[in-house]
Amino acid sequence: MERSTTKMTTPTTTTGSSKAPIYAVGVEFDSARDLYHAAEKVRDAGYKRWDTFSPFPIHGMDTAMGLPKSWLSALVFIGGLTGFSTAVFMEFGASSFLYPLIVDAKPTNLMTIPAFFPIMFELTILFSALTATFGMLALNGLPRWNHPLFNWDRFKKVTEDKFYIAIEATDEKFSLEETRQFLQSLGGSHITVIYHDE
Amino acid sequence: MDSSLNPSTLNSEAITRPPLVLNKRTMGWISSYVSTIVESKTPRWWFVSIAITSSIALLTPLMLIYLVATGVGVWGNNSPVFWAWDITNFVFWIGIGHAGTLISAILFITRQKWRTSINRAAEAMTLFAVVCAGIYPMFHVGRIWKVYFLAPVPNSNAIWQNFRSPLLWDVFAVSTYFTVSVLFWYTGLIPDLATVRDRCTTKIKKFIYGVMALGWRGGNRQWRHYEMAYILLAGLSTPLVLSVHSVVSFDFATSVIPGWHATIFPPYFVAGAIFGGFAMVLTIMLPARAIYPQLHDMITPGHINKMAKVILLTGSIVGYAYLMELFIAWYGANPYERAAFWYRAFGPYWWAYASMMFCNVVSPQVFWFKWCRTNVYAVFIVCMFVNAGMWFERFVIIATTLARDFLPSSWGLFHPTIVDILTFIGTFGLFTTLFLLFVRFLPMICMFEVKAVLPEANPHYGEEHH
Repeated sequence: MERSTTKMTTPTTTTGSSKAPIYAVGVEFDSARDLYHAAEKVRDAGYKRWDTFSPFPIHGMDTAMGLPKSWLSALVFIGGLTGFSTAVFMEFGASSFLYPLIVDAKPTNLMTIPAFFPIMFELTILFSALTATFGMLALNGLPRWNHPLFNWDRFKKVTEDKFYIAIEATDEKFSLEETRQFLQSLGGSHITVIYHDE
Repeated sequence: MDSSLNPSTLNSEAITRPPLVLNKRTMGWISSYVSTIVESKTPRWWFVSIAITSSIALLTPLMLIYLVATGVGVWGNNSPVFWAWDITNFVFWIGIGHAGTLISAILFITRQKWRTSINRAAEAMTLFAVVCAGIYPMFHVGRIWKVYFLAPVPNSNAIWQNFRSPLLWDVFAVSTYFTVSVLFWYTGLIPDLATVRDRCTTKIKKFIYGVMALGWRGGNRQWRHYEMAYILLAGLSTPLVLSVHSVVSFDFATSVIPGWHATIFPPYFVAGAIFGGFAMVLTIMLPARAIYPQLHDMITPGHINKMAKVILLTGSIVGYAYLMELFIAWYGANPYERAAFWYRAFGPYWWAYASMMFCNVVSPQVFWFKWCRTNVYAVFIVCMFVNAGMWFERFVIIATTLARDFLPSSWGLFHPTIVDILTFIGTFGLFTTLFLLFVRFLPMICMFEVKAVLPEANPHYGEEHH
């Protein structure tokens, strides 16, 4: 792990040689405020493949990063519709066709629909909630076993009290030297080149 | 950085809002304190407690095996009280779960930030209560091996369910409630499991918590979807939690039994569920807070005060519902309805009715006094009364109503058997065992949310204008 990450002390130092390709360059901040303002600068510099990392969701960070609203809600709406139609087909399929049932002298028809509502409601909620959870994981690319960022030792503090920005090497504007100097100008510390696993 | 003392940086929030986390704790302190509970060597009291509670929990499976092996006659259910302790205990446990969902969902979408330090434990309590609740209806069907008949699956008899039955609504409501509660709870756990993962020292722990954290990295591109998922789950859980106990109340209200056939049942059941659930949250949180004194900075007297106020409010709603039932029984001029309520209050079950009235309506009224809301012993005692009172409420509704059938020749009283009693005691063991396991192995406080309510979590913290 020591080998695959190299801490940069000055902006001009080159990294240690590594066979693995570079994943990103990262920088550490001490507070949500510093991260927020740094994110605004990265956004304005025109980087696209980058992310801020924090122990908790920061209010307004989507704007600071220039990200649109999450479209998970659209998926959940579809999930809810699926649940609703599942209930409709299940209930009326069974009660109207497979096993027509007369309850308290009332057949299955338009007048008795209200009694079918509770299960429609429950399945709408159930399918929406399943979509919300698993849709969120899918959009986030989770679960996964490992990630190049975990090769950075200091990154462990991201779930505790430190804040990070990482600009990925696949970004069009990425150039090791310039990106590193740019990150240096943001006022963070521990600028580090992060490598992929070999 | 002390903005509340420096007049130049005073803002309205610093004046009006007391801090949610006391003693100016830092983010690192929150992580390390909450995680230490999981990381440190298992304390001796935990082994002693779990030995006791799991032995008690063992009673439930033993009694259920005896029930299945011998036959349903080992329970006290008999004509005319066919719904007896099993349904009473089912409604009791499922009601307890509601406070957890209320705290996690309704207080989330109404932006009640004080919920952050209690929601994790309250949600865990919901799950464990629903586990205890689920046992009863499954065994109440009599032939547990036929319980799949409840689910709409094609079977060799070509029989399908009656989707217009409140009992089937209940199957869907409770199973949906359990599933959604698990999803909500686990979604909330992911970032905190990542915290525990990142702090782990041993390889095995790192692997286990690493797998459970699903590879969470805390990037804002993840938080963005995460927050959306969380608020959607909260928004979905809010009508769900209100529907679950409404549907449970439909089991009674849609029947034509005097004493059950009442339109007030859904709101009355929901208020009662929240009332009993908050009492149970405090019943388990106050001992947890006593065992881990540093939790005092996160679960503050302010939290206990607020929860006591919720108990006072919902207890008063429940009291109103009791009185309204009596009023309607008199005002409705239906002789059967009047007889049912007269029998509840003055029949052979008067002691259950009186206990219910005292525990649920009278005892929480002490919370009008601030001293009672802030004194942990007073709060704990009232909560114990409420726990007992809510059980009596369900017993009164079920047993006293059924005991007087329409024909006097069918009247009869319910007598619980030792199997009934031990099964019920066992569920308390199961509940506390699951809670002890939770406290030991999972972060009991939602760390990332508590960090997010610290003043320095605001990206404009310390700036003059915002």
